[in-house]
Amino acid sequence: MDFVKWGLNPWGQNILTHVSWTLFWASLFAGVMFFVAHASYMLLSAHRKRSATETDRLEAAHANLPTRIERHSLMARAFHWVMAAAMFVLLLTAFLPVVGVKFAWVTWHWIAGLVLTGSIVFHILHASFWLDFWSIWVGPKDIPEFKAEILRELGHEVPGPKSGKYPLGNRLYHTAIVVAALAAVTSGVLMMSRVRTPFFTRNPYLFSDGTWGVTYVTHGLAGVGLVGLVIAHVYFAVRPEKWWITKSMLLGWITRRQYLEHHEPDRWPVAANPPRGRM
Amino acid sequence: MAVIHDVMPAFELFQPASISDAVALLNRHANAWVMAGGMDSFDWLKDRIKRPSVVVDLSQIQELRGIKPLNGGLEIGAGTTLTEVARDPLVRDKFGLLMEAAELVASPQIRNQGTIGGNISQDTRCWYYRAGWTCYRAGGNICYADTPTAINREHAILGADRCVAVNPSDTAPALVALDAQMVIQSARGQRVVNAEDYFVGPAVDITRMTALAPDELLTAIRIPSTWAGAQFYFEKVRDRNVWDFPLLNVASAATYAGQNIERIRVVVNAAAARPLRLRAVEAAVVGKPRNEQTAELAGQIAVQGAQPLRYNGYKVPLMRNLVKRAIRGGGGGTWTS
Repeated sequence: MDFVKWGLNPWGQNILTHVSWTLFWASLFAGVMFFVAHASYMLLSAHRKRSATETDRLEAAHANLPTRIERHSLMARAFHWVMAAAMFVLLLTAFLPVVGVKFAWVTWHWIAGLVLTGSIVFHILHASFWLDFWSIWVGPKDIPEFKAEILRELGHEVPGPKSGKYPLGNRLYHTAIVVAALAAVTSGVLMMSRVRTPFFTRNPYLFSDGTWGVTYVTHGLAGVGLVGLVIAHVYFAVRPEKWWITKSMLLGWITRRQYLEHHEPDRWPVAANPPRGRM
Repeated sequence: MAVIHDVMPAFELFQPASISDAVALLNRHANAWVMAGGMDSFDWLKDRIKRPSVVVDLSQIQELRGIKPLNGGLEIGAGTTLTEVARDPLVRDKFGLLMEAAELVASPQIRNQGTIGGNISQDTRCWYYRAGWTCYRAGGNICYADTPTAINREHAILGADRCVAVNPSDTAPALVALDAQMVIQSARGQRVVNAEDYFVGPAVDITRMTALAPDELLTAIRIPSTWAGAQFYFEKVRDRNVWDFPLLNVASAATYAGQNIERIRVVVNAAAARPLRLRAVEAAVVGKPRNEQTAELAGQIAVQGAQPLRYNGYKVPLMRNLVKRAIRGGGGGTWTS
């Protein structure tokens, strides 16, 4: 099975052209299989939640915290939903023609790509200067949390540690989406020089055929990877035990109990009588 | 660069005797090559640019041939030769536009062998694509005809989307102007597609020029009575008047109420990857008198949005003038550059 497609240029050179659409089906299959496997496991396993008594104790001890705790600012939520809309348009315009739904997709695709690029640039600046930039990343410090989460998934009753502002799963997913989305938008912006847009004159010779081949393959790999990642994201967004996170992305806040149940106050401190502001 | 070989490459040849057998073969062999008159097929096959393992030759299917009246219009079998179309009395009497278009296709020998189904379903003549390089249309990621150094005299001025190839058919714009319908058969059954929707531009499908799926067969072309006996205009401009593909052609059908244009359809081909029906022109001239001013207006509207390439700027005034002539009629008038 070929994972990439090769072609012949006028100089008789073999050049990379695209990823094989087999990879799209593989990514779609992997995403659906993950959904089926995880959902089955969650239904059938001895997956443990934290005990309610521990949370009751914490809530009593932190009664001075506000009842609603801001988790995502309006700007952060706006970014998320704009990016989500752009991502869905990108995936639908990219892959509906592959599955046989034919329409004029290119203009919609690059417009959505520019929206995604703009929202990512905004997000990077917003996260760098207005949010706690490092709170979303994973590193060696997260190994104890990772071990605890795995043991809980396997049915063991284990005490903390709990996550900071973002659960470990969120952060791992964010890392994966950063790699795929940055690869997609970087290669996509370069590829715009090959189509007619109002922004600049077409220049198909910006790179050599070989470099263009790598660019197209990078874009394709990122695109098919995003199919699986988006399926996983949507799946977790609608899972009952994750709904509180999804709801916070809609409303901006979580309850004090959710904060104490899922987060480590030392890793995500919240002021007792907070002036509403930075979170 | 492609090399013409003396012999045909090896492939499995099927010569079905009925439409149902042909459709069954196409259903069984996913990438079979469908050959009607063979006028386009032989180049592709001998040049080894297309390498099908199966060829389905339609020449033995009598059901695909012939012209018969249908509800005041006509039904033309897709395997009917262009000569038969051009000489048919029904076509000549009611739909002279198609007769004129068919008569201007290539040479008499080619018209004797080539079919109307093949003429409207043929692939583009873009020589970069036909040379076998992996351009967009061949599944790649570049249009070699739309680069700063490309030789693109024959290419698109309208409707380009990454690929700038054009549709080279003469009968296609006539059929769009006549509001024809394409009858398409497959193992899933029959579907009928308007001629305007039969042709597909690169924005929708960059590797195909028609709505035909690989397992589908064009079996007939139906021309309704809508434009029977109307006033027609067809003009084709080509490099060699005895035998060539169009640099541009125009087909129109119109009815008149006194001096004014009552109904009209205007279609140009070889300006884009599909025959372009000029709806804006039609809307602008309906109700107006058939004169030089109306023709001038139509010509100006026709080329709005044209984006010529390095070597095909001449197509803009050519199209403007062809549309003017289609509205006004061929004789007299002025030609503007």
